[in-house]
Amino acid sequence: MEDPFATAFALMASGDPELRQIIGLSLRVTLTAVAIACMIGLPLGAALALARFPGRGALVVLFNALMGLPPVVAGLMVYLLLSRSGPMGGLGLLFTPTAMVVAQTLLILPIVVSLTRSVTEDLWLEYHEQLRSLGAGRLRAVPTLLWDGRVSLLTGVLAGFGRASAEVGAVLIVGGNIAGHTRTMTTAITLETARGQLGLAVALGIILMAMTLTLNAVAWGVGQWAKERLE
Amino acid sequence: MTVPPSPTPAILPLTLDAASYAAGGQVLLSDVSVTITSGRRLVIMGANGAGKTLLLRLCHGLIDPTAGRRIWADGSARTAAQAMVFQRPVLLRRTVAANIAYPLALQGMAADQRRDMVARTLHRFGLTPLADRRARRLSGGEQQRVALARAWAMTPHVLFLDEPTSALDPSATRIIEDMIASIAAEGITIVMTTHDLGQARRLAEDVAFLHRGRLIEHRPAAPFFAGPHTPEARAHLAGDLIW
Repeated sequence: MEDPFATAFALMASGDPELRQIIGLSLRVTLTAVAIACMIGLPLGAALALARFPGRGALVVLFNALMGLPPVVAGLMVYLLLSRSGPMGGLGLLFTPTAMVVAQTLLILPIVVSLTRSVTEDLWLEYHEQLRSLGAGRLRAVPTLLWDGRVSLLTGVLAGFGRASAEVGAVLIVGGNIAGHTRTMTTAITLETARGQLGLAVALGIILMAMTLTLNAVAWGVGQWAKERLE
Repeated sequence: MTVPPSPTPAILPLTLDAASYAAGGQVLLSDVSVTITSGRRLVIMGANGAGKTLLLRLCHGLIDPTAGRRIWADGSARTAAQAMVFQRPVLLRRTVAANIAYPLALQGMAADQRRDMVARTLHRFGLTPLADRRARRLSGGEQQRVALARAWAMTPHVLFLDEPTSALDPSATRIIEDMIASIAAEGITIVMTTHDLGQARRLAEDVAFLHRGRLIEHRPAAPFFAGPHTPEARAHLAGDLIW
């Protein structure tokens, strides 16, 4: 058997177009999902921290629990929603990158919501009398708390990115792992491993890990820098 | 409540009418009736736990009386023309300038006016060199100066201060006291608590003395310090001499 590592480095060195296409799609899907989850999850998490309504506790527990939502289940839910006979089947989104974005957003959203809630809840405890004194009500406090919690919130967003870029279950089910269309790094690894073609699988694995490592290094650096300069 | 108080509606005097505050089955402020008149420096005195901070919070509107009434002269429930500096003020995780701009934005002040006001405030209190520093990174004394400047920038008619120098060293205390005196000289009404008797003597025009949640003396400062009517106030001032 060929050495998978040798194949991997050869592939990476040659700038193989299929490999580049797979990496590009993976990043595009995951980053879009992270962006959407942030747009929804940051205000929602802050609102959950500040609002008092019956059932709030249940909602908090639910979002906490959903952080552990198995990706295949998220994928299944989106699959049922988008399949031909599903409620949104008419859109024809199943087995498209859009469907993958939807599924990954579902995975990331609970992480962003829960972490935002926890960060803003702590800040609110410290800030609420002062903000009230300065003339800010609860609603106006939301952007203030999000901005002042930005350094801590970055961690949550990165955790979301990490989860989405590493998962395979959701994108496999709703994307279908179609070559050149919905094949991502993780689904490609699954497929190539099953076919015994370890070269591409290992190459993708190495790239995925390198990306994660780089991202976390950057995040850590940014965090350190921000603590000094933004707090 | 976001309207700046520019045409000077008379918000003072502030009257507490038999105001009480109870929490957890305990009466913490009991039957406090007091009138806070415009342009005076009122110092609220009393032992720890006498209810000084609570009385300030009640006046400022952070809490509402559980019995009795709080009446602003303009009839509003919580007037915008007031500001408060907390014992441990919370500065936002931003620059000094951004901290001062924040409540102005809440008041709906336009961006260019806001910039002017921030610059004027920084200059007024000698904080211009700190404008771009992270507020949270400043020393305790500097933070308190920023908090006081932020409160002043809100153009309050009445400024509440809760133990504004309790955590500060003598030189920082001196700076804060000078700031308070100069703010009062502009005609802004000062209501402050302190456990520092020397500070009370230096700053008070009127004294309100609290004992176990009750207001037992409220008089001009000079006669109060010369001879308190109540034994509790006498004992409190005597503590000054012992220490």
